[in-house]
Amino acid sequence: MEAFYAILIGILFAGGIYGILRRSMVRVIVGIILLSQSINLLVFFSGGANRGKPAIMDGETAPSFSTMADPLPQALVLTAIVIGFGLIAFVIVLFQRVFSRLQTDDTQELFKTDS
Amino acid sequence: MTENLLILPILIPLACAVFCIFLRNQSRVQNGIAILGGGGLCLAAALIVKAVIDRQILVLDVGAWGAPWGIVLVADYLTAAMLAVSSVVALASVIYAIHTISDTEKKLYYVPLINFLMMGVNGAFLTGDLFNLYVWFEVMLIASFVLMILQGKRSQLEAGFKYVTINIFSSFIFLAGIGILYGKTGTLNMAHIAVAIEQSENAEFINSTIVLLLVAFGIKSAIFPLFFWLPASYHTLPGPVAALFAGLLTKVGVYSFMRTFTLFFGDKVEFFASLLLILGILTMVTGVFGAASKYDSNKILSFHIISQIGYIVVAMALFTEFALAAALFYTVHHILVKSNLFLVADIFNRRFGTSDLKKMGSLYKTAPFLALLFAIPAMSLGGIPPFSGFWAKLTVIWAAVEAEQLFAAVCAVLVGILTLYSMVKIWAEVFWKAKEDSGPSIQSQKTHLTQYVASIILALSTLWISFHPQPLFDFSNQAAKQLSEPSKYIETVLDQSTKEDRHETHD
Repeated sequence: MEAFYAILIGILFAGGIYGILRRSMVRVIVGIILLSQSINLLVFFSGGANRGKPAIMDGETAPSFSTMADPLPQALVLTAIVIGFGLIAFVIVLFQRVFSRLQTDDTQELFKTDS
Repeated sequence: MTENLLILPILIPLACAVFCIFLRNQSRVQNGIAILGGGGLCLAAALIVKAVIDRQILVLDVGAWGAPWGIVLVADYLTAAMLAVSSVVALASVIYAIHTISDTEKKLYYVPLINFLMMGVNGAFLTGDLFNLYVWFEVMLIASFVLMILQGKRSQLEAGFKYVTINIFSSFIFLAGIGILYGKTGTLNMAHIAVAIEQSENAEFINSTIVLLLVAFGIKSAIFPLFFWLPASYHTLPGPVAALFAGLLTKVGVYSFMRTFTLFFGDKVEFFASLLLILGILTMVTGVFGAASKYDSNKILSFHIISQIGYIVVAMALFTEFALAAALFYTVHHILVKSNLFLVADIFNRRFGTSDLKKMGSLYKTAPFLALLFAIPAMSLGGIPPFSGFWAKLTVIWAAVEAEQLFAAVCAVLVGILTLYSMVKIWAEVFWKAKEDSGPSIQSQKTHLTQYVASIILALSTLWISFHPQPLFDFSNQAAKQLSEPSKYIETVLDQSTKEDRHETHD
């Protein structure tokens, strides 16, 4: 199971990088979204992949890795999702502004501030 | 009780930001609140410095959960020094912004954004939790994204596109590093991670995290192959924002390097230390050559941020106690000088209505005081004795010689000379050269007193370090001692939690 998720994360990450390196701004946004999701998955599975186990115990049974899921990655990924959502929302608005102001969505034409 | 001080550098900007959001149409009140906030930050930082001198390491359990479980704020010498210098820069920046940032931008929440930025920066300096460091990075970044494009000029939007994309990418890399580290160690508290790494049998796993952190912090602090976003974006910023960004944002990356690499990787870091040394040398050299090739005051200064980061990275990579002290000393000196240069450059850019050096000239005749204000940070950056840059460069070079890295020492000397060349270029073009009267005269703006005041604050701080470097150097030495022996840090942070635990069970 872990191997499957690892490969999935890898594919998402590769897709994200590919998207960011594209010339079209829309594809850059798609790339950022894919990257964000792959990292969220990575953080989520950092506590190990398991199904059907509760993250919060009743406090009477002794907690162990066989009976419960690690609650911390779940909290972390929630934070990461919220931050990622905010970033992506901002990025979409910013890129829209850049497009409407510069009248191009080709990132190759954005070189005026480089030199 | 003194521990509660640690929350102030986060709370003060937050309170200012929230008040200013509600007062968006009253720019005068906003200015007042911003200055009060900046002054408050300086005061809080001074109190923290004093408390740290008294008690070495302060730990605050935010939310009363003990250290490995809850988030802690930790202040040691390094944190205290960074807090103090960043609050001085913040104060100067808000004073400078009074007359240079228009009411339109103040209505667009300029002051709240600056305060959120400071909250993120201070939080990153204070936190003792790795994931929390990521969150503070994001707070800082979001605020900086908006500040960068607030005026909505074409160049700013274009620069913003690059800046935002690369910084989001680096945040993701950082988060991936945190995720993997958590998977391996099962903890996020930095002191606890250090213990877990110490105790683990196969410490090789740490290498993947080191690489990810190296790239993430490398992008933030603009080291050699990862710096291209900086000269492409910083020169489009309005003066006070540029000063703040130039002074603080890259240095947060440098601070994170110092904190994590000394704490987690300790003696396992040889390979990465030698890699960092090479990167540091390349950073210095490319930065200074980039600056030498430019003929625009803001672009020259942007490239010099990179070359100066190179010095700090070289000092850090030497990894001896003396070198770490040199790195901190250099950082403090550099933040003050670089911010001041951006402010002064903004003053004369406004006078000529351009940042192109070729269109300026003969300012020495009309504004000798401005020339003096420029000369202090410029000579300091170039490393002329007795200014602070001389002591900073001297300690870095000395540390390199002591560590038998003669090549690094030679590069540092040569880069210092080239830095001086760039500063002399600005000096000659802006102040000494006779201005050619060609073309239509560009509308120049007169300089307000507040602009001078902001620059004078930073210049006085530089002068204080220049003529009285010993206290700061002693302070840096103490910081380096703590950094090179992280056991004290780890003990204090984790002890705190057991104390709290016992306290709770007694209740």
